[in-house]
Amino acid sequence: MTATPISSMALVLVGSVFGSFGAVFLKSGAAQLKFGFWRILNRQLALGVALFLLSSVFFILGIRQGELSVLYPMVSLGYVWTLFWSRLFFKEAFTRQKFIGLGLILLGVFFVGLGGK
Amino acid sequence: MSTAAASPLPTAESATHRNSAALVFCCTLLGAAAQILLKTGANQIAHPGILTLLTNPPLIAGLSLYGVSTVLLVLALRDGELSLLYPVIALTYVWVTMLSFLVFHDRANPLKLLGIALIVVGVGVLGRGARK
Repeated sequence: MTATPISSMALVLVGSVFGSFGAVFLKSGAAQLKFGFWRILNRQLALGVALFLLSSVFFILGIRQGELSVLYPMVSLGYVWTLFWSRLFFKEAFTRQKFIGLGLILLGVFFVGLGGK
Repeated sequence: MSTAAASPLPTAESATHRNSAALVFCCTLLGAAAQILLKTGANQIAHPGILTLLTNPPLIAGLSLYGVSTVLLVLALRDGELSLLYPVIALTYVWVTMLSFLVFHDRANPLKLLGIALIVVGVGVLGRGARK
């Protein structure tokens, strides 16, 4: 087993933060969605999509080297950041189900990555 | 913010939650299909260049599916909580792992199966939270 370079972890971590903000902008863009050929695009949605694309660039670069059992759960850390941003920006409540569900998902992603070696 | 107690139409509200969850579910299926197509396209390309990348049918199909799945995600996010809906996207790992067994003949092993099971249970726990 090869160790996971710090640089890979840093890339994936940065990607997960960009991705979580991408989700926040998609959510706020979705709230002001208007239907129409051009009106469908608003600034928030465009920013959200751009952040998603940017995060995938970081993920692709980060995942090239290192262990997937380390890197996959780090990709999924984006869900954890999103939990905090959702409370901060959209006043969504922290609940026990959210923490337990997220914990199980992160653990599952860890095992999928571990099996992928 | 809305709670079941404050809502005059709790049934209509839970129907909206179900629709959002169903849209995100479709998102994960499309996202998984997109990843399989991208992998298939990448396997076909011996010498990457702009033209070969832009004219490879599986790559084009994969990227288009990503586009469609993003549209579905936006529609889902109009109602429903981001913190509940967004982690459901982890189901993509489940479909990709299972499809890889079929399409690329990747080996199944107990770790992968345990991981898949934990993700499904985790999403189920979030789903129970959404119904409250």
